[in-house]
Amino acid sequence: MQLLEFQAKELFREYGISLLDSISSTNIEEGRKHAKELGYPFVIKIQVPVGGRGKAGGIQKCQNDDEFDIKYPQVMDLEIKGEKARAILLEKMADIKKELYLSIFLNRSKRCYTIIASAEGGVEIESVKNQIIKEIGLGDVSDEIANEVAKEMGLEGITAKGVADTLKKLSKLTIEKEAELVEINPLAIMQDDTVMALDGKFVTDDNANFRHDELLKYQEKSEIEKQAEKSGFSLVELDGDIAVVGNGAGLVMSTLDMLSDNGGKPACFLDVGGGATTESVYEALTLISKLDRVKGILVNLYGGIVKTTVVAEAFLKAYENNLIDIPVFSRLKGTESEKAKEMLQGSRTNMFDSIEEAINAAVMGVKK
Amino acid sequence: MTNIFELLKGNPEDSDYEKKGVIVQGITGSYGSIHAKQMIAYGTNVVAGVTPGKGGQKFEETVPIYNTMQEAVDETNAKISIIYVPAKFFLSAAKDALNSGIKLLVAIPEHVPIRDTMEALQLAKEKGAVIIGPNTPGIMIPELIKIGIMPPMPFKAGKIAVLSKSGTLLYEISDALTNAGFGQSITIGIGGDPVNGTRLIDAFEMVKDIPDLEGLVIVGEIGGDSEEMLAQKIIDSGFNKPSVAYIAGRAAPKEKRMGHAGAIVMGTYGSAESKVSMFNKANIPVAKRPAEVPVLLAGKMEK
Repeated sequence: MQLLEFQAKELFREYGISLLDSISSTNIEEGRKHAKELGYPFVIKIQVPVGGRGKAGGIQKCQNDDEFDIKYPQVMDLEIKGEKARAILLEKMADIKKELYLSIFLNRSKRCYTIIASAEGGVEIESVKNQIIKEIGLGDVSDEIANEVAKEMGLEGITAKGVADTLKKLSKLTIEKEAELVEINPLAIMQDDTVMALDGKFVTDDNANFRHDELLKYQEKSEIEKQAEKSGFSLVELDGDIAVVGNGAGLVMSTLDMLSDNGGKPACFLDVGGGATTESVYEALTLISKLDRVKGILVNLYGGIVKTTVVAEAFLKAYENNLIDIPVFSRLKGTESEKAKEMLQGSRTNMFDSIEEAINAAVMGVKK
Repeated sequence: MTNIFELLKGNPEDSDYEKKGVIVQGITGSYGSIHAKQMIAYGTNVVAGVTPGKGGQKFEETVPIYNTMQEAVDETNAKISIIYVPAKFFLSAAKDALNSGIKLLVAIPEHVPIRDTMEALQLAKEKGAVIIGPNTPGIMIPELIKIGIMPPMPFKAGKIAVLSKSGTLLYEISDALTNAGFGQSITIGIGGDPVNGTRLIDAFEMVKDIPDLEGLVIVGEIGGDSEEMLAQKIIDSGFNKPSVAYIAGRAAPKEKRMGHAGAIVMGTYGSAESKVSMFNKANIPVAKRPAEVPVLLAGKMEK
C-alpha cells in the first residue's frame, strides 16, 4: 500500500527527518483554520496515493485568502490517474538552493535493500540523472556508507552531514517498518545549507502488516476490498462494465488482457484464490452484484485444487436467490468441469469451450 | 549451480534413485494434508511429516510424523522438504529445515513478508540450499515426482521446460502444450512474490543444459525485472533451443497490485512492454494468449 504524503511525513517526523511545517485537512472550513495557523504564503498539495501530482495541477502556491478560496476547492476536486483527493496538505513555502533525490527500496532482483541517491532530484525517478546506487543488505546503513553517499553526491559541510544523517534515519524507518520503498524527492538544500524533506513516498509490505499495528490506521480499503480480503479472494476495482472472475492471479490477468484486446472493458479483477469454497465464491458474486456499472460477468476457471463444481454451485445459488440478473459468460476447464457444465446447463450461464469464444460473446452481450 | 535433477531424481547408482524422499512441513494442516495425499497419489515418496506437538503419530497410517525437522531428517536422510504452514510461520519452518540439512525447500505459502523471505534466502545461501517460492505451485518432473500443489491432469512427461511465475497459467499453458504433443521435462513455479528464492534466471540455469531439452517456455507477468534479466541472460549465454514467452498483465493499470504481491507496475519498472521488448531483443516470440504458446513453439521448431 502506498501512503499519502502527509502520512509518510508523519513517519518521517517520528524518525527525526527535518520537515517544513504542514497541516492536513479534508474540507475547506478546516483548511481555512489551518491557513491562519500556518500563515501565507504556503503550498496547497492534493493527497492522492499516486505520483505526477505537480503536472496534473495538484500542487498550487497560495498567497492570500482570496487565492485560498479559489484554489483549495480546485485542488480538492481534481482527479489524478483516477484517484480522488483523500485530503489536502497545506505546507509552508521553502526558499531552496537545490533539490536532491534520496530513496531506499527493496531490490527485488538483488534481494536486499538498496539506496538510490542523486544530486539532481525533483523529477520523477526515471528521469533522475547521475544516480548513485548502493546495495546495503538487510541491516541499517552505517555511518561509513552514509558519508560515502553524501560525498559521491558532491556535497560538503553541513549539507553532507545533513544528507548522511537523513539517510541513516531513512534506513532505520525502512527497516523497522519493513517498507518496500521510502523516498524523499526532493530532499531540498535550504539557504542555510541544511536539508529538508519536501515530499515523501512510503510503500508498505502489506504481508508484514500483522507485525505493524501502528500502520493499520493508514490502511485505505473500500468496503468491497475489505470484504474480499476477509473472504480470502483478491479484488481490484476497474472502471469498465464486464466483471472478470477466475482462479489464480495470472489467469485472471491473462483474461483481462484478452478481454481488452477484444474491445471489452473489465469492471474488476477477481481472483477467487486457491482456497475458494462455494460460500466464498457466493460472497464474491454478492460483491459484484453491488457494482452498478457491471453489465456482464466473464468467468475463466482452470480447476485444479479448486473444483469447478464448487464455483458452479455458487452461481446456481446466486441465480436462485436472484442475486445476479445480468448475463454470465463462462469457460470452465480442469477438475470436474464436465460435471460443472452439466450443473449449469439451462441456467443463466452461457458456456463456451474456449475463453476466446466466451470473451467475444461477453463483449457483444454487454453492448445490447 | 545446483543440479536440480540430481536433487529430484538422484543418480542411477543410488538405492533411492527416482524415489527421493520428501518431508512435508505442516502435514496435519487442512491444506498440507490434502496436498500430501495428492503428492503421494502422484508417486512422490513422502517419507515424513513435521508438525510440532504431533510427533509419534502417523499420517494416513503410513507416514511418520515428527516434532522437528532435525528428527525427521535424522530418521529419513531426506534432502527435500515442502512447507505448507501459514505465512506467519514460514520463516521459522524454513530455518528449521535449512538448519537440519535440507537442500531443496519448496515454499508454498502466500503472503510471506518479504523480509522473512530474504532472511530465509540468506540462510539458504550459507547452507548451499535452494528455495523454490514462496507463493509457488511447486516443482515437478511430470510422471515422476511432484513437490507442490499442481493438479496432475495438464502435465505429461516430455522434453520442454516450463518456468512460470503464476500457478494457474502454468496449468493452462502446460495443458495447451500437452494437447499439442509437447510434454514437459520439468516445470518450475517461480512464485508470484516480489522476492523469489529461485528467480527466472536461476531456474533457467537449472534447465538450460538438460541433454535432450527441446524447448523452453517462460510464463511471466507484470512486476519486477526477472523477465528482462532472463532475456539478457539468454542473449549472453547464446542459448539457442526454441523458446517462447507469455506475459500476463498487459491490460493491468499501473501502481495496482494484481492479486500477486509481486504483480505491480511502478512507473515503467515492471511493465509488460519492457518485458516484451526484451524478449523480442532475445529473439523470443511472446504469445498474446496462452493458447498461442504451443503454436509459436511449433513455429520455432520448424525453423
